[in-house]
Amino acid sequence: MHSDNAPRLELLGITKRFPGVLANDHVSFAVKPGEIHALLGENGAGKSTLVKMIYGIMQPDEGEMRWNGAPLAVSNPRAARRLGIGMVFQHFSLFEAMTVLENIAVGMDAKIPARELEARIRAVLKTYDLTLDPHRIVSTLSVGERQRIEIVRALLIEPKLLIMDEPTSVLTPQEVGQLFETLRKLAAGGCSILYISHKLHEIKALCDTATILRGGRLVDTCDPKVETSRSMAEKMIGAGLKDIVKPAGRSFGPEKLVVNKLSVPGTGEFGMPLREVSFTVRAGQILGIAGVAGNGQNALLDALSGEILGQDAHAITLDGKSIGGMGTTERRRHGLCAVPEERNGHAAVGDFSLSDNSVLTARDRLGFVIAGLINSGAAKTYTGRVIADFAVKAQGAGATAGSLSGGNLQKYIMGREILQKPTLLVVSQPTWGVDAGAAAAIHQALVDLAAAGSAIVVISQDLDELLSLSDTLAVINEGRLSPPLKVGEVSIEEIGLLMGGMHGEHAQAGAQEGASHAVPA
Amino acid sequence: MQFRLEKRAEPSRLMLYATPVAAVILTMVVGAIIFSAIGYNGLGAVREIFLTPLTNSYKWQDLGVKAAPLIIIGVGLSIAYRANVWNIGAEGQYVMGGLAATWVALATYGMTGWWILPAMMLAGIAGGAAYAAIPALLRTRLGVNEILTSLMLTYASIQLIYYLVRAPWKDPMGMGFPQTRIFSEAARLPTVIPTTIVHLGVPIAVIVAVVAWFIVSRSVFGYQIRVVGAAPHAARYGGFSEKRTIWLTLLVSGALAGFAGMLEVAGPFQRMVPGFPTNYGFTAIIAAFLGRLNPLGVIFGAFVIALSVVGGEVAQTTIGLPNAASGIFQAMMLFFLLAGDILVRYRIRRVRPQNVGAV
Amino acid sequence: MSPDFIIAILITVIGASTPILLAALGELVVEKAGVLNLGVEGMMLIGAITGFVVAFTTQNPWLAVLCAAAAGVAASMIFAFLTLSLSANQTATGLALTIFGTGFSALAGQGFTGRPVELFRSVFPAELATHPVWRLVFGHSPLVYFALIMVVAVWYFLKRTRAGLILRAVGENDLSAHSIGYSVIAIRYGAVAFGGAMAGIAGAAFPLLLTPQWAERMTAGRGWIAVALVVFASWRPFRLLAGAYLFGLVMTIELYAKAGGGVLNFVPSELWAALPYLATIAVLVLISLRQRTSSSAPACLGKPFIPST
Repeated sequence: MHSDNAPRLELLGITKRFPGVLANDHVSFAVKPGEIHALLGENGAGKSTLVKMIYGIMQPDEGEMRWNGAPLAVSNPRAARRLGIGMVFQHFSLFEAMTVLENIAVGMDAKIPARELEARIRAVLKTYDLTLDPHRIVSTLSVGERQRIEIVRALLIEPKLLIMDEPTSVLTPQEVGQLFETLRKLAAGGCSILYISHKLHEIKALCDTATILRGGRLVDTCDPKVETSRSMAEKMIGAGLKDIVKPAGRSFGPEKLVVNKLSVPGTGEFGMPLREVSFTVRAGQILGIAGVAGNGQNALLDALSGEILGQDAHAITLDGKSIGGMGTTERRRHGLCAVPEERNGHAAVGDFSLSDNSVLTARDRLGFVIAGLINSGAAKTYTGRVIADFAVKAQGAGATAGSLSGGNLQKYIMGREILQKPTLLVVSQPTWGVDAGAAAAIHQALVDLAAAGSAIVVISQDLDELLSLSDTLAVINEGRLSPPLKVGEVSIEEIGLLMGGMHGEHAQAGAQEGASHAVPA
Repeated sequence: MQFRLEKRAEPSRLMLYATPVAAVILTMVVGAIIFSAIGYNGLGAVREIFLTPLTNSYKWQDLGVKAAPLIIIGVGLSIAYRANVWNIGAEGQYVMGGLAATWVALATYGMTGWWILPAMMLAGIAGGAAYAAIPALLRTRLGVNEILTSLMLTYASIQLIYYLVRAPWKDPMGMGFPQTRIFSEAARLPTVIPTTIVHLGVPIAVIVAVVAWFIVSRSVFGYQIRVVGAAPHAARYGGFSEKRTIWLTLLVSGALAGFAGMLEVAGPFQRMVPGFPTNYGFTAIIAAFLGRLNPLGVIFGAFVIALSVVGGEVAQTTIGLPNAASGIFQAMMLFFLLAGDILVRYRIRRVRPQNVGAV
Repeated sequence: MSPDFIIAILITVIGASTPILLAALGELVVEKAGVLNLGVEGMMLIGAITGFVVAFTTQNPWLAVLCAAAAGVAASMIFAFLTLSLSANQTATGLALTIFGTGFSALAGQGFTGRPVELFRSVFPAELATHPVWRLVFGHSPLVYFALIMVVAVWYFLKRTRAGLILRAVGENDLSAHSIGYSVIAIRYGAVAFGGAMAGIAGAAFPLLLTPQWAERMTAGRGWIAVALVVFASWRPFRLLAGAYLFGLVMTIELYAKAGGGVLNFVPSELWAALPYLATIAVLVLISLRQRTSSSAPACLGKPFIPST
């Protein structure tokens, strides 16, 4: 039955299962016409899966969807677009060497003469006060401008519902402001907007309603203008602020890693550079580095591991020795081990056996090489120890890395580095995509390693993890690192604001302001 | 009835070893059919090419002599290809090695001494390596594709032979034919089995393959090659330089090809002639693939190629099959091998038509 | 240097450039779709022998060219099936195709070596075609005009048509094209077929345009030069035209040098013969020096298409 008061989009009991994980668990909520509706949750909460079903990329296993009151079945993205559902993905489908106009033309479902298409594009740009030159080549555009192409693609179908997936993770503050203006104009014209994000202050500034997901379930639908960042953060992350259990009065040993104004140019044309990053880690200490993806985490890891060399050899010292000019092998010899974010293809070679993968990083430190020859027996024994100590489910040391599940591969990689007893261990995303049991084991191993005297740097997008592991926390944003904060003394809101781009004192001021708004009973 | 490709958890070792053998057998079967279809004695062709040389003991020495350079060059190529460095100019490096060895032989013409042959070997190795250094330099410094550069250099090297045997190196006693003098005794490879043509190069080839296998499977260098070829980013993480690997693999494969060139010019040829380039540099590519880029496997691959060449000659005399037929068989083996490659990573599953469920 | 001599040289240059131009245009389209087909030399040889045999037996050059194109397509389909449907390594498969083409053409050409065939002459009336001056415009074989028309056609197709746009998108980012909804594999099959047809016609140009007979390996590496030319032209059709004519000039110099004359006699003829290949290396180096930052190659060139389900 079609009613004028019917919500534009309604989800009832939507459920989606994947092997081993329940991505969406009976999620129900509604989006009104002209409403800007936030979909809030951490990585892995189920937001992306949900909108993929709305856009027709996947089908739900249970539940139903309604469009303006009538039942909705979206078989594929083309059907979604025909209905008036547009989507701007987090990862763009763009063609670097082609112009803006050509990119939009490729994405259209029908053939439109170039002149007419250009006229339509210019009309859309004018209506929403956007700037974009249709004849520029995409590779010359900034990330914000590229996103505008995706937005124009979506606007050209005259959408009734526009889904934005984490749109601001790669924008500058000014671009964020412009985006919000565009979205408000759209909403004023009657289009509903489903805005996926985990940035609390943005949602408070922009959205009318917020639906919060956690672990695949809907936690709450609330009004962000009334809620505080803190209360939303709590719902997003879990009940209450995690009690950080660390023995009081723990003392740390001497300084192990000193990073002083480390600057590294960005890799490739649009890589994020590091700008004068400075921090210190002592023996037994765990430093957590928080931040949204794309703010320099990979550059930081590569600069520390030795894959990328900065100009200043003294910018990084380990145990007093300047290692900034050394390559990866030499750094390992001096006690620095690293675990990059990408498991298959970077941290490990999928086609190689686990034993061969051990040779990759441990050969010098643990003496697998004698007179230029590899002692495969020693590598095998070591690998066996890693498998046993870290409960890696594999068919033995000879199993190929690619045959292991993500969680098991990660356990193996972490074990391979931890059992080398490094002086300093840098890891990026240690438990991303890993089941709870394996994650707990990895966390315990890291804590044990620190207790044994190593210094550890953990780079992660999972705030939960960082708060439970770290002694001190810093936030990386646009290649810059915030001053470290003691974990026991900092609030989630402050961290969130830092992650969202406010720096230093602004973050603290913002946090205090937020705290003064009482949560209505 | 529909089929679907399903990725295997682990690459199938069975398929890894079975596909080259299957490729050869399939080539024999399909080749017989095709040649019968175009009017030749298909079954006879396959028999003469693949089986007769094996049963005729006179032909075994032929097989050995033809397989030797293929093994040596193929081993070098297997090392380069493992690292994803596509040296297609092995023929040119082979030629340069032969020319360098010829230069030494001509410079020491009439002399005797145990050192002459080793000097020629060194020259051959150096000549091949130096020629391969050009694509290495262009690839690492300028990013120029090594396939094109190494291949263009091959064509150029052949012209160099033509020039040298026509002018400065021409045999003054040769009645005007473009060729060098026959090498003196000290510059010729001795035969290792008396009354045969099996020269020193044949056992050397096997030794080279075994040594290479040992190095590739046991040494850090071998590991480096495999990692760079399999996952360049992981190789960088593990501390291996891609540029250095490109240099090393090109130099090694060039050196080996040049070495093979020396063995050929000092063994079967014993002089330099315009017909010196006999395509070993290209058929060794097939041998390398048939051997699954493993030095020991290359022995098998080289043997099969040598079989097709010797067999081709046999078939030419016995049933009048044109020489070009061997080339077709060789290409077919490579095609079938490449086609079968997918079975190593994927298995074929029958898909039952699904009931269209309500969504 | 009489005007007559200059015109003769120009005609030779144009003729020599045509096969390379045709083959390179085909390969350009293939590579724009993201596929690297190194079997051009092999497909050209197959086209050459097919064109020769058909022309020899039917005296009909049009039919010969058509059959040569069809043979090229057939050969390219072997490559397409292995690399697109079975995800085989493109470099190795291309090489295999070249080796196959060499052997196949040698086998099929048995007994034809040295036999003469009629050249594919100009279709314009004799007064224009053999006129001392106008023959520069009207005296060429239809293959020459076809090649020139194809330059414009390929340019127009890639730049101005929607189909060309989609083909370019597939070569730029096959995963994105796939997620938008295009069939990457089907489009690539089509591109490879076009490349095969062009290579086949290019091969036919050897017996029908250049030397009216058959000889084993008569393409002498021109297929490889065509592949290099695509890189040199930065995948742009008009630059390809310029590059092809540059190589035609180089090969013409070689021809005249072999015939002997003046200063050219001091250089050994083998050096002239090696010149096209050395020149190829030179242009590859040149183009790399000029473009240090980003390559204009289609981003997916040579990579197999593996859709994530």
